Amino acid sequence: MLLEIKDIHVKYGNIEALHGISFHVNQGEIVALIGANGAGKTTTLHTITRVPPPEGPKVTKGDILYKGKSILPVEAHILVRDYKIALAPEGRHIFGNLTVEENLILATYARKDKAQIKKDYEKVYDLFPKLTERRYQKSETMSGGEQQMLAVGRALMTGSNFIMLDEPSMGLAPLLMYDMFRVLKALNEEGMTILLIEQNAHLALKFAHRAYVLDTGEIVAQGNSVELMNNPDVKKAYLGG
Amino acid sequence: MLTSIIQNLFNALQWGSFYSLIALGYTLVYGVLLLINFAHGDIFMVGAYISFFVTAVLLGSYTVGLPFALSGTMVLALAVPLTMILTAFVGVMLERIAYRPLRRKGVNRLYVVITALMCGLILENGNLALLGASRKSFPEILEKVVYSVGSFSMTNLKLLVIFSAILVFVILQIIVTRTKIGMAMRAISYDKFAVPLMGIPIDTIIVFTFILGSSLAGLAGLLFAMSYPVLDPFMGSLIGWKAFIAAVVGGIGDIRGAFVGGFLLGFIEILVMAVFPSTFRDLIAFSILLIILSMKPTGIFGVARTTKI
Repeated sequence: MLLEIKDIHVKYGNIEALHGISFHVNQGEIVALIGANGAGKTTTLHTITRVPPPEGPKVTKGDILYKGKSILPVEAHILVRDYKIALAPEGRHIFGNLTVEENLILATYARKDKAQIKKDYEKVYDLFPKLTERRYQKSETMSGGEQQMLAVGRALMTGSNFIMLDEPSMGLAPLLMYDMFRVLKALNEEGMTILLIEQNAHLALKFAHRAYVLDTGEIVAQGNSVELMNNPDVKKAYLGG
Repeated sequence: MLTSIIQNLFNALQWGSFYSLIALGYTLVYGVLLLINFAHGDIFMVGAYISFFVTAVLLGSYTVGLPFALSGTMVLALAVPLTMILTAFVGVMLERIAYRPLRRKGVNRLYVVITALMCGLILENGNLALLGASRKSFPEILEKVVYSVGSFSMTNLKLLVIFSAILVFVILQIIVTRTKIGMAMRAISYDKFAVPLMGIPIDTIIVFTFILGSSLAGLAGLLFAMSYPVLDPFMGSLIGWKAFIAAVVGGIGDIRGAFVGGFLLGFIEILVMAVFPSTFRDLIAFSILLIILSMKPTGIFGVARTTKI
């Protein structure tokens, strides 16, 4: 197991947001977390990234293991630098006052492997040709879809081999959305492990190997994608009958 | 007539250099944390006092002195980095003790600004309590050299001040626009949440910002003390306010804005004094700045920030 979440309880202030959830991600897998708004999906990813309060939640119980080691005491930036875990957050959170190129350069802040960084630039510009066009443009002037590409490209530029994506399809036109998932699939085939949040359960189950269904801070269903697609409860609640 | 105009222009450049150096510190911290560090003027005052003690020790005029004598230029060459380092230390301490705990708790920025105001008062009154109300007079380090062209004259100190301000501006501009750490500084102000996700240690960047800003205040303090060699604990408050206003008029958060704003204020003040009685200086100067701001509220270089979706 690459990532193992063990009975994690977290709080924002005094409100408990996750009531003891457990799941795991294996090396080379695509795992999806699905569920309605407010189910705790984003909270789960924020917990894993170790972003400190007030923005991040506080873990009150449980543990998170990465390659068998607890990452609870690890600081957020160390997690990216040394553990190579990246997050493309919900709402993109790109640095709008910087150019596209500067956004990508910043993501290499902690990296020293110059030759590989150069290859990664080429790879990102190759995967998202739109970003090449917009290279020297302030990123806040781009469309939502382009910003989403930048958010994913930036996560790739951290040199991580495990990447978490929070609704990468949000705000994308259907065509761009399929483009995005095609890119992610290709990355996975090259060995990238992906943990994904997706509102569109259809799309998520088609794309992921396995999935977990979250509801109000608890995992209510899990299994491989085919199983879940045929699970009557999941069908009724998330796939529209 | 012409020489008096040129003479005044040079005075304005020197006067504006002080405002610029201090305004740069305001704008750096604001550009990163969106925090108006109202203690910055008092850090400038602390810088001037630090430079006083540093030079006193270097010159051997203090209780503890060096076993050998140093030349004036040597004293200056040592006093500049020492003052900058020690003042930077004060700025970083302020961040550690006062601002960081509040940031950790995620409180509204207003409370941090109020805390900054209090820190400024503590620095002023701490100085008053420790050193007493008597003013300190700064020793002359640099032997005065007057260069004159015709009836127009210029001192080496004035040139040093102006040259320092320009050099500092160029270095800062390069750091902020060209280096990764500068990009990280700009990124924090836009989206603090995403910065650690890039593997960037936020606290390190913030400490670096305070080091830059405070060391500049230290440099300004030293140069100011050399130019106007009387120090008192409240010397930083008015000049600090004015430099802050200069930074706002230039467009706070922008390095170029602070630089231009500082010189603009210097020019306006000196030119007003050349025409009107000196008691009119601040009244007219600030009225002009008020007009500029009402026409362009974001300042000369400022851009209105688009709200994020």
